[in-house]
Amino acid sequence: MLKIKTPKNARVKRALEKRAPKLVETGKKTLILQGTKTSSTLNAVLTEIYHLKKGGAVRFTRKNDNIRPFESGGETSLEFFSLKTDCSLFVYGSHSKKRPDNLVIGRTYDHHIYDLVEVGVENFKSMDSFTYDKKLAPRVGSKPFIAFIGEGFESVDQLKHLKEVLLDLFRGEVVENLNLAGVDRAYVCTALSSNRVLLTHCALRLKKSGTLVPRMELVEVGPSMDLVVRRHRLPNEGLRKEAMKTAKDQPKKKVKNVSKDAIEGKIGKIYIPDQKIGEMALPNKAKGVKRERREAKQKIADERTSKKQKEDAE
Amino acid sequence: MESGRQYQVDLGNLMAYNSFHSFPSLPSSREELVKTCLQEGSKLVQAIADGVFNLPSAEDPDGPLVKLPPPSTKLPREKPLPKPKPPTKWEKFAEKKGIKKRKKDKVVWDEQTGTWKRRYGYDRVNDDKDVPIIEAKMSDEPGEDPFAKRLDDKKKRVEKQDKNRLQNLKQAAKVGALPSHVKLAATALPITGTQVPSKKFTKDELGNVAGIVATSTASGGKFDKKLPGEKPAKKQGKHRKFLPVVEGSGTGSQEKEQMDKVLNKLISKHSHEILNVDKAINMYNVKKEKKTKYRKNHEAKSSSTSSKLRPKKNINKKTAKKGSASSKKGKAL
Repeated sequence: MLKIKTPKNARVKRALEKRAPKLVETGKKTLILQGTKTSSTLNAVLTEIYHLKKGGAVRFTRKNDNIRPFESGGETSLEFFSLKTDCSLFVYGSHSKKRPDNLVIGRTYDHHIYDLVEVGVENFKSMDSFTYDKKLAPRVGSKPFIAFIGEGFESVDQLKHLKEVLLDLFRGEVVENLNLAGVDRAYVCTALSSNRVLLTHCALRLKKSGTLVPRMELVEVGPSMDLVVRRHRLPNEGLRKEAMKTAKDQPKKKVKNVSKDAIEGKIGKIYIPDQKIGEMALPNKAKGVKRERREAKQKIADERTSKKQKEDAE
Repeated sequence: MESGRQYQVDLGNLMAYNSFHSFPSLPSSREELVKTCLQEGSKLVQAIADGVFNLPSAEDPDGPLVKLPPPSTKLPREKPLPKPKPPTKWEKFAEKKGIKKRKKDKVVWDEQTGTWKRRYGYDRVNDDKDVPIIEAKMSDEPGEDPFAKRLDDKKKRVEKQDKNRLQNLKQAAKVGALPSHVKLAATALPITGTQVPSKKFTKDELGNVAGIVATSTASGGKFDKKLPGEKPAKKQGKHRKFLPVVEGSGTGSQEKEQMDKVLNKLISKHSHEILNVDKAINMYNVKKEKKTKYRKNHEAKSSSTSSKLRPKKNINKKTAKKGSASSKKGKAL
């Protein structure tokens, strides 16, 4: 026998709906975690990536001894974490003699590993080592500009792959409307050789140029590092095809309280809630109230005097 | 301007790519290398900015808003596309027969009470509680409680609908189009043997008890010393709420309504006690008995007392009773 299980309250239902597959997806979340052994540079790299991605990232700080993304059987735990945290991007750090300061950046599709790129981190410079005007510091969660420089990103297979992964990692949520006042950061990736990429994070300084478009100036705010590509695994063709599918027709947002009429054209409905006079707090010292009371007193006094006068007359 | 044309710019992702730059020989020092990178980078960023700042913008208190085009670089989805829900059995049938959905009003006129009531849910029209009389029909079976039958029918209808729903959901699950908040789970296996699952106190229960304990001092826990980090007790005393003095425009006097409610409840609760049949019968019997007794006494004494004394009933009664009582006593002694 089967039983229909539905969430008991609306909060859970909302949370489930947030995780459900959507026609148009919101931003991907990133899971940042490490293996059994890390180095101090790697720790710094992972935390700084977390800071850069704040708002759309989950950081695991414990050791994970059964994650080996490139080996078969070593991805089960990772896929489970991806399911639990609802993350579809992951950055996994590990440090060994063979592959020092190793970073595996990967993506998942339907909570199964989609593709992987393994890079070594060299010449790492952390955020703290840069000195710059703090007014320029990029704000958390702003949409970055991304610049790729070098023909290697087109001609070399692994760099081409790395470019796609880096773009997916850093671009954040796909937005329709961009606030131009919130443009404040850029990532610059330069291909130095066939397997080496320089990645830096810069703040933008907007200067007046006399035209509509301000002159952009880059101020390095860190982190900056060299990524040396080691291993990479492309997605298999069938999976790639399926993952690239997009919805043909975008879902239309329902517009409430607006209707159209042949004669009158566009008609809007406006609802005004009931004026709750009964619940309105009356100020104690209302002048009107005072005056009424005063007048009442006056009246009583007047009556008394008139009665007395009458009695006197009698 | 020349250089602007050779960059690939993707405004949807705010991304630009210079595919022509290459280092013939890497600069010797790191600083130089970074400097050249930043120079190239700023050119690209300028190219993106040229695109973005020239888009038509809308003014907003927070700054100018620009509508970005959809991204041109295709990136994989994170989850598969949602599948369309298969039609239910009824939907299939309705389509075949050409039955179309009609909109029904949410509220219906209730003739019994003469008010508008909800079609479904709380305080609905034709609620089982509110139907006092069910008219007899030719098809009624004798000796059957129509009210019980009504309840039973309703129960059966609900069961049938549940069964249909499960069937439809099973079909949807087969295609992989189950709604995101629904799960089909196997019902729990029966516990074998005499084992009874141990009862655990839930967090809420513990919280409730702790709250009661914390507020059961003379001051209601007001002057108790709090431990560092202790949260205020969950169960606080009741707060009195006063109803508004002035009548609102929409709902009428809330106080009056409230009083009406209480009175109605009381009256409806004790409506069967307003005429206590047993008591009434008792009273009637007692009176009857008294009358017969009185008549008997009267007949016995009519010989001794004249008929002129009749209007003074009370005196007669008393004397008669006293006499009888004393006579009884005398017998007993």
